[in-house]
Amino acid sequence: MNQLLTISASPHIHTSRTVSWCMWQVIVALIPALVCAFYFFGIGAAIVIVTSILGCIATEYFITRYLLRAKPTIANGSAILTGLLLAFNLPSNLPVWIVLIGAVVAIGIGKMPFGGLGCNIFNPALVGRVFLLISFPAQMTTWPLPGENAWNYVDATTGATILGAMKLGELSPDGIDLWAKAVGFAGGSLGEVGAVALLLGLAYMLARRIISWHIPVSIIATVALFSWAIGADPLVQVMSGGLLLGAIFMATDYVTSPMCHRGMLIYGVMIGVITVVIRQWGAYPEGMSFAILIMNGFTPLINRYIKPRRFGERRSSI
Amino acid sequence: MSLILSSIIVLGGIGVLSAAVLYFVSKRFHVVEEPEVALIEAELPGANCGACGYSGCHDFAVNCAKVPSLEGFNCPGGGEKAMSAIARIKGVDSVAARPMVAVVHCNGTCENRPIKSYYDGARSCAILSMVAVGATDCAYGCLGEGDCVAACRWNAITMNPLTGMPEVDTDLCTGCGVCAARCPRSLIELRPKGPRGMRVYVACANREKGAMAIKECKVSCIACGKCARSCPHDAIRIENNLAYIDFEKCKLCRKCVDQCPTHAIHAVNFPILKPKSELAGTIEEKR
Amino acid sequence: MLHTFHKGGVHPPQSKLTASQPIIDIELPRKVVVTFSQHIGAIAVCDLKKGDHVTRGQVIAHAAGFVSTNIHTPISGKVVKLDRCKTAFGHPADTVTIEASDEDHQSDLDAIESLSPVRDDDTAMSLASEELIKIIDDAGIVGLGGATFPTKVKLTPPPGSKADILIVNGVECEPYLTNDHAIMLANSEDIVRGIRLLMRAAKVDRAVVGIEANKPDAIEAMTRAASTCRAIEIMPLKVKYPEGGEKQLIEAVTGREVPSGGLPISVGAIVQNVATALAVSDAVRYGLPLMSRVITVTGPSVKKPGNYRVPIGTDIRSLIDIAGGVPSDVGKIILGGPMMGKAVVSIDAPTIKGVSGILMLPLSMSRRREPEPCIRCGACVDACPMGLEPYLLATLSRFDRWEDCEDNKVMNCIECGSCSYICPAARPILDYIRLGKNKVGAAIKARRAQSK
Repeated sequence: MNQLLTISASPHIHTSRTVSWCMWQVIVALIPALVCAFYFFGIGAAIVIVTSILGCIATEYFITRYLLRAKPTIANGSAILTGLLLAFNLPSNLPVWIVLIGAVVAIGIGKMPFGGLGCNIFNPALVGRVFLLISFPAQMTTWPLPGENAWNYVDATTGATILGAMKLGELSPDGIDLWAKAVGFAGGSLGEVGAVALLLGLAYMLARRIISWHIPVSIIATVALFSWAIGADPLVQVMSGGLLLGAIFMATDYVTSPMCHRGMLIYGVMIGVITVVIRQWGAYPEGMSFAILIMNGFTPLINRYIKPRRFGERRSSI
Repeated sequence: MSLILSSIIVLGGIGVLSAAVLYFVSKRFHVVEEPEVALIEAELPGANCGACGYSGCHDFAVNCAKVPSLEGFNCPGGGEKAMSAIARIKGVDSVAARPMVAVVHCNGTCENRPIKSYYDGARSCAILSMVAVGATDCAYGCLGEGDCVAACRWNAITMNPLTGMPEVDTDLCTGCGVCAARCPRSLIELRPKGPRGMRVYVACANREKGAMAIKECKVSCIACGKCARSCPHDAIRIENNLAYIDFEKCKLCRKCVDQCPTHAIHAVNFPILKPKSELAGTIEEKR
Repeated sequence: MLHTFHKGGVHPPQSKLTASQPIIDIELPRKVVVTFSQHIGAIAVCDLKKGDHVTRGQVIAHAAGFVSTNIHTPISGKVVKLDRCKTAFGHPADTVTIEASDEDHQSDLDAIESLSPVRDDDTAMSLASEELIKIIDDAGIVGLGGATFPTKVKLTPPPGSKADILIVNGVECEPYLTNDHAIMLANSEDIVRGIRLLMRAAKVDRAVVGIEANKPDAIEAMTRAASTCRAIEIMPLKVKYPEGGEKQLIEAVTGREVPSGGLPISVGAIVQNVATALAVSDAVRYGLPLMSRVITVTGPSVKKPGNYRVPIGTDIRSLIDIAGGVPSDVGKIILGGPMMGKAVVSIDAPTIKGVSGILMLPLSMSRRREPEPCIRCGACVDACPMGLEPYLLATLSRFDRWEDCEDNKVMNCIECGSCSYICPAARPILDYIRLGKNKVGAAIKARRAQSK
């Protein structure tokens, strides 16, 4: 016993989970969707994803190293995850410079000014995406058709998304081949195609207890119920657009979602309602990003007022 | 053209409307306050340290303005300057308060008090004091995690990395006492600054018997009572195996200082007279 | 479907290195150091003088009030010292040192050899509740699960409340510890007798022994021992930490939730540890006060980990030496289990009634990871068995917002450590919550004193 004894308060053992482990697990859960994206969009997907991830890493590194003069925090994987999720929200033919702007905005405006990981109010990837959507509406809403453009990047054949076409009245709900949608033959951003791949990711994250079921299930159920109530096809609404991507990977972002299960349910239900409202009556065909960002804003309020049920609050059974 | 015009009209309209709302709200909900309050508050340091006993500087100013005399009011942070300025504003005599300074009753540096265990946890003395005795053997001395440093609103306390002990900057310290309230071991006491900063105090808080105390720390008070016997002014009393110098009675003669076998009594800011200053090791004199 | 509690909880690795190992009686020491604060409540008063002779089992410090308890010497001998000594956590405390001469030692050994019951079971079971509580009180029995709350206080419910069930805690959800497991295997008959006596003392006609399902041999032994007594049910429980927490165990067994701020008695339950039941049996049947207990000495690099029956007051170091000495790679020594135990600063200190285990962790497992920023993942909220928001309480406490801490029920925290255990960012959540509890508790006390 040559060394000093360590003293510290209990507990003296600790889970093997770390922040970066959690981040990498989410990235692993995105692999099926990633494979889908490569399969359907080929080289374009690769370029957009790599650019976005590198852009996010570079921005975070630059800010921590030169502006904050702190230890770089790249290793925890959160910048990589943000980059990946941002790319999943972009069309595969987006020019590199626009992707880079998105990455810089996501990290440089969406995350670091609030204090970095854990302090941001809004989901950084969505901040980047919405910024691009408003700044470059044309580029952001032309969707290369999946499967046909494996080796084309900028001049791919494009088409509208299902929701876009429905908004313009070009497509009646009866004409949608849901099977094609499920495996990804409809246009859309990188991560929107391939519902099955996204659900695989959800299953993985639930199995590893990375996230709880509350947020994704409440969003999907609300969208289905609400759209059924107003006469839209619930299955189409759930399977199309960024809904699954948003419900599974974007809305469940740790930092910007509520902490307790009750709060998560409220958050999920509200996202579902706002999404359908925007899709149905708003100007945009797609409302998921806005819905999540709006509810991100309400998250602190939910945390403040929605408390978990305390042990001993229930009337005892005698 | 019409685009520009309509933009100007719309944006300008919104601006005018907002201004009107703001104006209305500020008028409608205006809180009438004594003009004196603002004047008094301007003289206060604005640190909201709470040492005056009120919840922040504004509260202090409101209460100052309410009463006719300044009896019982003191802003340790602003010191005499602030209080006399407030007295001028109110047109009353200022009540002089003795300037105080925070004194740490411990000299358990790494050299004097060996580190016996490694503390691994939240950096807070209050938490460490709940975990165990601390990183050293002494159950009364400084824990060295810097709660006082964090508590000080005046940046007057710093942690010396060499000694592991907090050091009070006499010039910056306002004697507000926030650190004294925060220290979980109650090691910090407010004592009068003294003429030209001269002070004599016991730099130990160990209340164990001498034999155990000296084992724990080389410079602990062993309650031998030599200082009390040597004091011509009856200013030193020994209670719970610990000497305490009453600053009301102490005449700064320093007879006790040389008597102390463990050099636990510190005299600071005295002009150096003797070449054999055993006290050269104390923190304040180095400065 | 096994019963369990329903809110939160974590699954730390079991690491029960000494599971199902027999109890080893250590040699009676020639010297013991006894401290007077071995329980929750007022410090016991010692009226011995230096040079006094004491015999094994004699009271050496008397209970000082209702919530306090007697302390007995485990060896005969002479009082050689009455002074201040350091506890394992480094705090100075009043102690008495007793040293046995050769004759003393021999007479103690003879007494142990010729131990015979002072009461047979029929006499014991015909004692009135008050008589039993008196015996338990005199024997200095405290809750041996770790909290060391005097047992007689729990058995005398406050006026107006009535218990209808005795819950016996054989859960042992702490990783590494196996001391309760060991006595359930070795002393199941005695434990069942103790449970019946406790039921009589508490005037309840039903008892449930909760045991986690990871101890099938203990469940079997206890079921066999209790087969004659239909009022005692052995209930296997799902493995989940902190199942052994008093409130969690009550919920797991009965489905009743102790209201926040309330005591178990408010839902009609009394919870006692299996080791306490064993001590009660020894006190009533053999007239033995609480002088020894089983301590698990364990750790990944300990040479001879095991369950040792130790006279209380034995030096921690000599106990560790029996278990093969302090491993060379030791980084931390913990009294109790890894989730709720306390790290010691020194092992040259006596064992006390509340020590259930001595866990020696190698240096590689001793240090915490560098804390990272909170990623607000909500794992702590998920894990909290009391339905609190640990992340919030820790932050509020860090910024001295004690009133807000109180509003968010910081006093409900049972300090189980699930939040700090599960936090992926390795934040010292419980450190700060404990601070908040401490401050809020002091504030509540001050308010009460003022309103009186």
